[in-house]
Amino acid sequence: MKRLAGFYILAAVLIATGLIFPDSYYVTVVGVTICTNAVLAVSLNLLMGYAGQISLGHAAFFGLGAYASAVLTTKYGINPWLAMLAGVGISGTLAFILARPILKLKGHYLAMATLGMGIIIHIFFVQADWITGGPDGLSGIPEITIAGLAINNDIRWYWVFGGLMLFTTWISLNIVDSRPGRALAAVHGSEVAAQMTGVDTASVKAQIFVVSAVIASVAGSLFAHQQAFVSPESFSFFFSIELVTMVVLGGLASTFGAIFGAVLLSILPEFLLVFEDFEVLIYGAILMIIMIFLPEGLFVSGSRIVTGWLKKREMSTQ
Amino acid sequence: MYKSVRMIMAFAAALLLCSTYTASAGDTLKIGSFLAVTGPASFLGDPELKTLQMYIDDINSKGGIDGTKIDFIHYDTKAKAKDAKNFVNRLIKKDRVDVIIGGSTSGNTIAVMDLVEKAHVPLISLAGSVKIIEPVKKWIFKTPHTDRMAAAKIFEDIKARGFNKVALITGNGGFDKSGRAQCLALAPKYGLVIVADEKYGNSDTDMTTQITKIRSTDAEVIVNFGFGKAPAIVTKNIRQLGVKLPLYQSHGVASKKFIELAGEAAEGVRLPAAGLIVADKLPDTDPQKRVLLAYKNAYEAKYGPVSTFGGHAYDALFITVNAVRSAGSTDRAKIRDEIEKTKGFVGTGGIFNMSPSDHLGLGLDSFHMVEIKNGDWVLVN
Repeated sequence: MKRLAGFYILAAVLIATGLIFPDSYYVTVVGVTICTNAVLAVSLNLLMGYAGQISLGHAAFFGLGAYASAVLTTKYGINPWLAMLAGVGISGTLAFILARPILKLKGHYLAMATLGMGIIIHIFFVQADWITGGPDGLSGIPEITIAGLAINNDIRWYWVFGGLMLFTTWISLNIVDSRPGRALAAVHGSEVAAQMTGVDTASVKAQIFVVSAVIASVAGSLFAHQQAFVSPESFSFFFSIELVTMVVLGGLASTFGAIFGAVLLSILPEFLLVFEDFEVLIYGAILMIIMIFLPEGLFVSGSRIVTGWLKKREMSTQ
Repeated sequence: MYKSVRMIMAFAAALLLCSTYTASAGDTLKIGSFLAVTGPASFLGDPELKTLQMYIDDINSKGGIDGTKIDFIHYDTKAKAKDAKNFVNRLIKKDRVDVIIGGSTSGNTIAVMDLVEKAHVPLISLAGSVKIIEPVKKWIFKTPHTDRMAAAKIFEDIKARGFNKVALITGNGGFDKSGRAQCLALAPKYGLVIVADEKYGNSDTDMTTQITKIRSTDAEVIVNFGFGKAPAIVTKNIRQLGVKLPLYQSHGVASKKFIELAGEAAEGVRLPAAGLIVADKLPDTDPQKRVLLAYKNAYEAKYGPVSTFGGHAYDALFITVNAVRSAGSTDRAKIRDEIEKTKGFVGTGGIFNMSPSDHLGLGLDSFHMVEIKNGDWVLVN
């Protein structure tokens, strides 16, 4: 119970917000963006935060899922759920094939390799216009139905993405507390030490890379149906960087940190819009200040400060 | 603990306020826009936004449209499709605008079309692609000439000069690709043969390889579709390699920036363009001349050199204003119907005659073929 306490709180907040403000722009539009980003950040955090393997190409798997759904449903009239499965297959296979050679690399070299992968896939989306529609993208992606219920308005999409986010969080929390999770932590700490204790580091890393890619792909498929439109810009290198920022900003190796980072980076631009021309400037300044003063991430450092403060108060009242 | 509960309550209350605060449209007309004011397409969005702001201020200071003031809300998409989608969502669901003007690029416009159609908000796009109005979508209009019209105008001129073999060179952007597709589709209709179909990346700094390939074919003219700095590099490279073939550019380079970038190499380049860039050279009998000069002078007095892109925003704004005036209300459906009935409106792009089957309403004659001579535009007759 206690292990998943945070998860229950998150679920309660998500459901309460959806029930109390079903018409609010901040729930139906911003909320959906937040949930999408949170799913991606949590899945990236599995790889970056827990296994310690940086990836600058996460948006590519998100894009593969989105394009698989978009192309298969619009051009071939395939059932959206089968298309999503195909997307999962493509992303998972690609991740599996790439995992071993790529994850052998470390540090800057790993960053470069994943960056290259992301850019190659992005170029494919732009150039293969006979399949992907090129830079103009593909539109007219049909809506999906879940158990006979058409997901055709914003609040229903909120529930779908909210559900996916909770599911992803639950998976992430369980992986971390399982045997593979501890193996990941060992790899993160020291790969050599992990090998010495009998962890098959290469396969552990490959597994988590595939899991992370598959989650991103599912989010991508749903994203394509929700937007009813995909274009290569949504899956560019810059979006990968944004995802990395979310994970680092919230706090590496913390599932809730990743969610927190996603929430912050999705909401901030909405509220900074009032500053118009200075929006980007203030945005940058906020990120800088957080990283200087809370280098472990807002959520991790923040919760440490709060617990420290609570302890202190407890001591003084005793 | 008590304190934090209070804080959460306050936050929730603030959220509630934000969500319920949407001014009801009384006697104001809410115009929303999403333009690429910064980023790679800023040369489109920047003059468009300036034009809208200038004329909306002007209309409001003169008492509005028959007493209806305009409330203008703008977001900068930086030419990103995802941002365009989010901002249009915001315009529709939060700001509850009556009319939307934008986006600057075809990609941005195409990204939001489904959304706008569902929400029943009239939208006037400032982007070029023919895909925006074909097939016709009930709520979507546009003011710039299409890429198909540009290709047709260029081919007409090539045919008139007696050439048959065309070398095509295009970039990898949305505008380039769409233009290329139109050229390939239209060429047989004009009896032209495409003998080379070369491509470059829009951020490339040298296109001599592609031009060398073109040189080895028996092409008689070169057609380049693109905007930004790439067409200027193509133009320079062609002259550097001593290729003497006539060169055609698209309406995407119809600004003084292109002549500045390409320098002397731009001499003799022909392109189809709206009347705006040759406003003072048009005959006095041209019905557009008065409108063009008025816009040009007003814009240049405030911001400096005019471009045709700002003109598209001018056209979109005044088509909207006229529609609101004849509808006599700010009702979205009525405004839409009146926009569709636009007849004989003299804008900067030409004379607009819209209909239920034509949501642009410009003919090929609204394009002028111009040639660059001594660093300036000259009309080709």
